[in-house]
Amino acid sequence: MNLSETNPLFRRRRRLNAVMMTVSTGALLFGLFWLLWILGVLLYEGANALRPSLFMEMTPPPGSDGGLANAIFGSVMMAGAGTLIGTPIGILAGTYLAEYGQRGWLAPATRFINDVLLSAPSIVIGLFVYSFYVAQVRHFSGWAGAIALAIIVIPVVVRTTDDMLKLVPNSLREAAAALGAPAWKVVTMVCYRAARAGIVTGVLLAIARVAGETAPLLFTALNNQFWSSDMNKPMANLPVVIFQFAMSPYEDWHRLAWGGATLITLLVLGINIAARSLFSRK
Amino acid sequence: MASVMQAAVADKAMQPPLAPKLRVRDLNFYYGSFHAIKRVNMEIPEKRVTAFIGPSGCGKSTLLRTFNRMFELYPEQRAEGEVIVGGENILQSRRDVSLIRANIGMVFQKPTPFPMSIYDNIAFGVRLFEDLSRARMDERVEWALTKAALWKEVKDKLKQSGHSLSGGQQQRLCIARGIAVKPEVLLLDEPCSALDPISTAKVEELIHELKADYTVVIVTHNMQQAARVSDFTAYMYLGELIEFGETNQIFLKPGKQQTEDYITGRFG
Amino acid sequence: MSFALDNRGLPIAGAPAVDVANNQRPPMLRNNALMDAIFKNLTRFFAFLVFSLLAAILVSLVIGSSASLQKYGFHFLFNDKWDPVQEDFGALVPIYGTLVTSGIALGIAIPVSFGISLFLTELSPAWLRRPLGTAIEMLAAVPSIIYGMWGLFVFAPLFQQYAQPLILKTLGNIPLVKELFSGPPMGIGMLTAGIILAVMVIPFITAVMRDVFELVPPMLKESAYGLGSTTWEVVWRVVLPYTKVGVIGGIMLGLGRALGETMAVTFVIGNAHQLSASLFAPGNSIASALANEFTEAVGDLYTSALIELGLILFVITTIVLALSKLLLMQLAKGEGERT
Repeated sequence: MNLSETNPLFRRRRRLNAVMMTVSTGALLFGLFWLLWILGVLLYEGANALRPSLFMEMTPPPGSDGGLANAIFGSVMMAGAGTLIGTPIGILAGTYLAEYGQRGWLAPATRFINDVLLSAPSIVIGLFVYSFYVAQVRHFSGWAGAIALAIIVIPVVVRTTDDMLKLVPNSLREAAAALGAPAWKVVTMVCYRAARAGIVTGVLLAIARVAGETAPLLFTALNNQFWSSDMNKPMANLPVVIFQFAMSPYEDWHRLAWGGATLITLLVLGINIAARSLFSRK
Repeated sequence: MASVMQAAVADKAMQPPLAPKLRVRDLNFYYGSFHAIKRVNMEIPEKRVTAFIGPSGCGKSTLLRTFNRMFELYPEQRAEGEVIVGGENILQSRRDVSLIRANIGMVFQKPTPFPMSIYDNIAFGVRLFEDLSRARMDERVEWALTKAALWKEVKDKLKQSGHSLSGGQQQRLCIARGIAVKPEVLLLDEPCSALDPISTAKVEELIHELKADYTVVIVTHNMQQAARVSDFTAYMYLGELIEFGETNQIFLKPGKQQTEDYITGRFG
Repeated sequence: MSFALDNRGLPIAGAPAVDVANNQRPPMLRNNALMDAIFKNLTRFFAFLVFSLLAAILVSLVIGSSASLQKYGFHFLFNDKWDPVQEDFGALVPIYGTLVTSGIALGIAIPVSFGISLFLTELSPAWLRRPLGTAIEMLAAVPSIIYGMWGLFVFAPLFQQYAQPLILKTLGNIPLVKELFSGPPMGIGMLTAGIILAVMVIPFITAVMRDVFELVPPMLKESAYGLGSTTWEVVWRVVLPYTKVGVIGGIMLGLGRALGETMAVTFVIGNAHQLSASLFAPGNSIASALANEFTEAVGDLYTSALIELGLILFVITTIVLALSKLLLMQLAKGEGERT
């Protein structure tokens, strides 16, 4: 066997390896290139649009200047409400999966369905809320938007709660039980506390996710040109406003759309980084 | 205990002096800042079986893995010194490392069949450096499997996955895969630790036959095994080579107190 | 048989032994048992709620699209007309657009993700791994509307000005291929939508591939290196076959997301209800049709047809995601041992 560098088979293989490793590095640079390009554009366009008036003035009619105050407010309200509705449901369901799910069919089936829902198209969630709620009451509303967002929050929180609770060692549970604690106290006072950082991270990630969701709000909350704090009426929100403004032909509106986009991205990336560092410190 | 050793070692004939196949000179090895192998010098004789023994963490596997530069896959591991094979220090060689590795076969603690058919497992290494016709490859596969005492058991299921074999068979498959490329040196890193006693016996028998053609270095934590299969033994402790000599001698009349303590089970 | 207990739960010395039926237990213990039951059932209730969500969505979509289902039946899937005035609706164009854009996205994303995963697991120096991994996750976290806006305002004009003419000059002259790249360069269109989708989907597929590659036992890779394999050979012939099931699961996850993606596609797909062979042409996906038309749809049939589109999308993505999950579960069990 020719084990020297003159072996033609060897040379061919070595060349192929070099090519493939270069291609692989190229793929990485390719991926990074898009990331940096997108973030760069956002910062450039957004810097232009990020002024105090963004937060203080309402969405303007076409052709005039303004801000995004009502949209920001609406988004905060609906994301907040959606998170408040979805988090307890998600935590409790996730608790069932982790703590009581060793036997029976409900837990494995729910886990499976939960993971499918996690990646399901959010526009279909919007359609769902439209069909069973908006169509029945015959008007769009902030609550409908909040419900749609809650449905997006739930699978994220279920998944992280399930995973985090499963990480709590059984010895902890047994120690608590040995002291005479009933099952519900073992879970709420010991397990939740032990998994706290992870569960909080899960909620943060869910918030980051719904902060940027547009599709589910399109036919639930719709939009509102004016300031409204009535959750029972259509509510302004950042993503839909960005959509409307960006697709229009007006320069002013475009600028505001970029401002909103940068705002959302900063928020989402900020939450992600915070959640990750919170979790790794634990 | 001593009498068992004596019995196992007694039927080995004394071998005449041999040329070293592999020479280790002033070898130091580091995991990060941890000094794992301390100035080891030794000569591995050709076409004999040399065993590395010693308690856990003494550096025997680490030493073995410098012989084929396997440690280079891990950036925090580095070796200083010389490992000379065929007149060349392989640690500093300018040849592509895969050429060096192809000449040195390695079998691991757990059987590691590739996710492909038995035939392809054996052919894998051969195809890297030799362009054989179908017929010649068939011959080579049969030869390797026969040498590994596996041919009869698998000759009708060469197309089946390597995983369809039992643990002992898988390990013999890995040995066959290692010798199919006709290396000069075979490194066995605790090859029987995951096997049952019967498979272990088969592998030990195999090692005995292999030494006619290959230089074998085997790391083992089982002293009886070392006594059974090896011609030479190196005893290591905490990264240092304490003693190296013919197996007979090491087990019956060790030169150093430390060696004797280990062998008689006073510790480790 | 046990002893009577006082109100602190301690046995009363000298008192006659009694059967401690449940209602004779001291209040504290009784409360615990009740609370345990309440808590367990509460969690079970919400788990069941999540479980039924999928079915609820399905049922609600079927009901909502009943008018359209009744009127058009199976023909809906093959009809390429979309005429609100004449009330002639068909899903062919949106389905085609969804499949084509997702196909383009995967065609680009799969090799790129593979390349990135290879880099992360075999080539990258240790200190670079975490920051790179975080960077990829950042890409995944960016909301899709950002991709849409960037696609519309930044990418599309550049694509129109430089890339499309180049493609027309080169590929546009090859006999069969040129049908795919004909028509005026508009910047937006199916190809643009596919490219942007690809960038969106890359982080998801990369994450799964990388996780799955890291599951390969080092001993297995060392066996291949030990025989003298190059890095490429180890990955292509050992790592990839070993992780086959997980890789496919990851790809299907990417597919599931691509199929349902709305905002990134809606901005740049052109929103035209036309079927065209050319990838430069504008088209529609199910999600973009819904996003654009739903709030303005007048009439029950129009709305119902749109909901039926949503139903079709939901069924397709659920099947793809379920398959993905099954594959990934199988990997978790067998750890790639079955080939």
